[in-house]
Amino acid sequence: MKSYVCPEYIVERDQDRCIRCKVCVNQCSYDTHCYDEEDDCMISKNENCVNCQRCATFCPTQAITIRPNPNNYKSNANWTQEVLTGIKKQAETGGVVLTGMGCDKPNLTYWDRLLINASQVTNPSIDPLREPMELRTYIGSKPDKLDLDMVKGDGIVLKTKLAPQLQLETPIMFSAMSYGSISLNVHKSLARAATEAGTFYNTGEGGLEKSLYKYGDHVIVQVASGRFGVHPDYLNAGAAIEIKIGQGAKPGIGGHLPGEKVSEEISETRMIPLGTDALSPAPQHDIYSIEDLRQLIYALKEATNYTKPVFVKIAAVHNAAAIASGIVRAGADAVVLDGIRGGTGAAPRITRDNVGIPIEMALAAVDQRLRDEGIRNKASIIAAGGIKSSADVLKAIALGADACYIATAALVSLGCTVCQKCYTGKCPWGIATTDLWLTKRINPDIGAKRLASLLRGWSLEIMEMMGGMGINAIESVRGNRLVLRGVGLTDKELEILGVRMVGD
Amino acid sequence: MENLTEVNNPHGDEKVFDACSIFGMMNLKGERFSAKDPIRAIANMHDRGNGLGGGFAAYGIYPEYKNDYAFQIMYLDRDAKKKTDRLLSESFNILNEEEMPTQPANVRDSPIMWRYFLQLKKSRNNAQTASDYIIEKVMRINTETGKAFVFSSGKNMGVFKGVGFPEDVAEYFCLEDYKGYMWTCHGRFPTNTPGWWGGAHPFNILDWTVVHNGEISSYGINKRYLEMFGYKCTMQTDTEVMAYAFDLLMRRQNLPIELVSQILAPPLWSEIKTMKPENKLALTALRQTYGSLLMNGPFTIIVAHEGEMIGLTDRIKLRPLTAAEKSDYLFLSSEEAAIRLVSQSLDRVWSPRGGEPVIGRLKSRRAVDVIAQEVYGE
Repeated sequence: MKSYVCPEYIVERDQDRCIRCKVCVNQCSYDTHCYDEEDDCMISKNENCVNCQRCATFCPTQAITIRPNPNNYKSNANWTQEVLTGIKKQAETGGVVLTGMGCDKPNLTYWDRLLINASQVTNPSIDPLREPMELRTYIGSKPDKLDLDMVKGDGIVLKTKLAPQLQLETPIMFSAMSYGSISLNVHKSLARAATEAGTFYNTGEGGLEKSLYKYGDHVIVQVASGRFGVHPDYLNAGAAIEIKIGQGAKPGIGGHLPGEKVSEEISETRMIPLGTDALSPAPQHDIYSIEDLRQLIYALKEATNYTKPVFVKIAAVHNAAAIASGIVRAGADAVVLDGIRGGTGAAPRITRDNVGIPIEMALAAVDQRLRDEGIRNKASIIAAGGIKSSADVLKAIALGADACYIATAALVSLGCTVCQKCYTGKCPWGIATTDLWLTKRINPDIGAKRLASLLRGWSLEIMEMMGGMGINAIESVRGNRLVLRGVGLTDKELEILGVRMVGD
Repeated sequence: MENLTEVNNPHGDEKVFDACSIFGMMNLKGERFSAKDPIRAIANMHDRGNGLGGGFAAYGIYPEYKNDYAFQIMYLDRDAKKKTDRLLSESFNILNEEEMPTQPANVRDSPIMWRYFLQLKKSRNNAQTASDYIIEKVMRINTETGKAFVFSSGKNMGVFKGVGFPEDVAEYFCLEDYKGYMWTCHGRFPTNTPGWWGGAHPFNILDWTVVHNGEISSYGINKRYLEMFGYKCTMQTDTEVMAYAFDLLMRRQNLPIELVSQILAPPLWSEIKTMKPENKLALTALRQTYGSLLMNGPFTIIVAHEGEMIGLTDRIKLRPLTAAEKSDYLFLSSEEAAIRLVSQSLDRVWSPRGGEPVIGRLKSRRAVDVIAQEVYGE
């Protein structure tokens, strides 16, 4: 039956430049390009193209241009191209339209409406090139006071025993991306880069592959609703455990790994049958209330002998502040907040774009609520969800986060072009796939270097901005709303963010 | 004061900046001396201020009332005084009260200044400690009685401050008639134009006083951290958070000054790394726990309370501090010249390191210059 949906993209080939080397044929995993021997010409099937830019990047003569199909429906602010094609696809399949990565709709980003201060005259700025600039951050529960003994001339003895802490050399960590949604080579790259940069990477809910246990000191293992790969060795392998209640891309529903991506290796690590859809349950079935969460937190602490911090990750939703307060009182060492812009390997597009709230607002509300209740010291806050630059990281810390998680940015540094087709398992960059022919395209040595370079670049930028503000230790930015001002925000938005207007 | 924010910070700046001159002088034996020398010293640093604020804290000035609380209060109208008098007589036994002696001087819009010598009532409910009781009453006077503000509420000490150059404020309050064993002084260069006397330094809580030269870039988080412990930052100046930090850490949590300085001006991670294991663990724990009280941005402070005067700078020493000793006297100053004016020859004069306090303690033979290595035995 003929589909009524037209191709989204048109492949234009400059025949003068094309040398018919067939690199595009080899590189494309969507079967868009082919070579006709008989006629000695290159043919492109527009309907297969997803605009991943792999062929255009690798074409040695830049002969390929991918254009949005100009054959669009009449422009309509309500009945947009995306809405019309979505309805037609559903009429043709009766299914749920899937998508990958994070919400792409406009007007949901507050980072770009927050601006950062600099010090002048009354307070000198500090030169990060020539002076120490400290980014070290500790994630974990802190006490309200310390018991110490001081013996003059001999030393200081700490009597209070602190809860276990994670030591980060920069306030940025790699967020949860499951083995299965992304390839093993990407996990290897993340693990190595986290180790080199002195930070951490999160396994996501697909378990930890055996060969990565050696990076355990830099791994946060996730326990999600599907409990994939969760066994005692797994829990003890990492430096911290994260209970995933929800994620920003799809609040209220569980992880989603289409059967196409469940290969032999995935089947083994996740402990599920080959080729089956791995659809995690919506809730964790042993957490139906806050007291159940407390029970699970302590069960995990018992299983690991109270040596590892336990985080709880929630999607940013309307009553995030109250939920976070409950989570902290339930014994979590850190609360992870994932905003609506958070990415995913697969989610119903309708949920991704309509459910959840921006991380900036949730973060500000949670930080303020915990302070109002006098419990802010009991748990760290980690912010996630579409954090795309070092400025976003610094603004998040100023709003109250102890550290940020990045995922999409990490994949982009490895080659991802955010084409949103991760759920097909055909990622030609070798990232969001488990097809061994494609996963070879990521070399973990090079991948690790690219990721570590990204962290280094962002860390240097953060130091520049901190020095500019006359601050030389990140703890003086954390929760310091006075370093931010808002522009183009309503009074209510400014009030929730706890930030003043530019000029005020 | 009805609306402290409006009065102290009329342009709604995020905080009131404090640049300036500071000076401290203490007799370690406790012998009382006149304000003449401290006044000369702070007047010598005239150009560090702009005439919009000056003040003094003096300890040991009321020996005949040495066990009683000396409340020095400013009033902008009689109604506020009536209400305050009523609150004081309900809450305390008033031993004596009088208008503070003043004389004409080059100061702006002087308010009515009164002092009271108070004792706690025996019938007082002992559920609250004396200190918390005093803090509560001071807060009530400052917020409930209208145009009144408590300059100081400690025993055998007093704060004298106002809008004018410090030497003019000293003349106004006839400070040369007082004798104390410890004086701290301040000249202000604010970047907004507060017309009210309560905004000058020193800032006082119980018998703690702080004079401060600097601008705290971490103020936004220092304030929010202290608010979690019940402090209300109504003055919107960095000096306020400094005073509350000392009250929290030294009075409520009983930490010694050597550790308090390691919280406000901690060593760098690169320095902590080279320390022996017990010190490394302790100093790491201090930064982990009290990171939100790290005072970033330039500062020099002189903090005083009964029996002790402490000078401290930020950890990369972006504001000056010179310390000196001459026989039983300890001097702390923004500039050495001011010290030399008071005492041409000195037994010892030095520039303390960033983040390492200088402490004068009554009855100790000499000032303690806290050098990290000596404290930790490194």
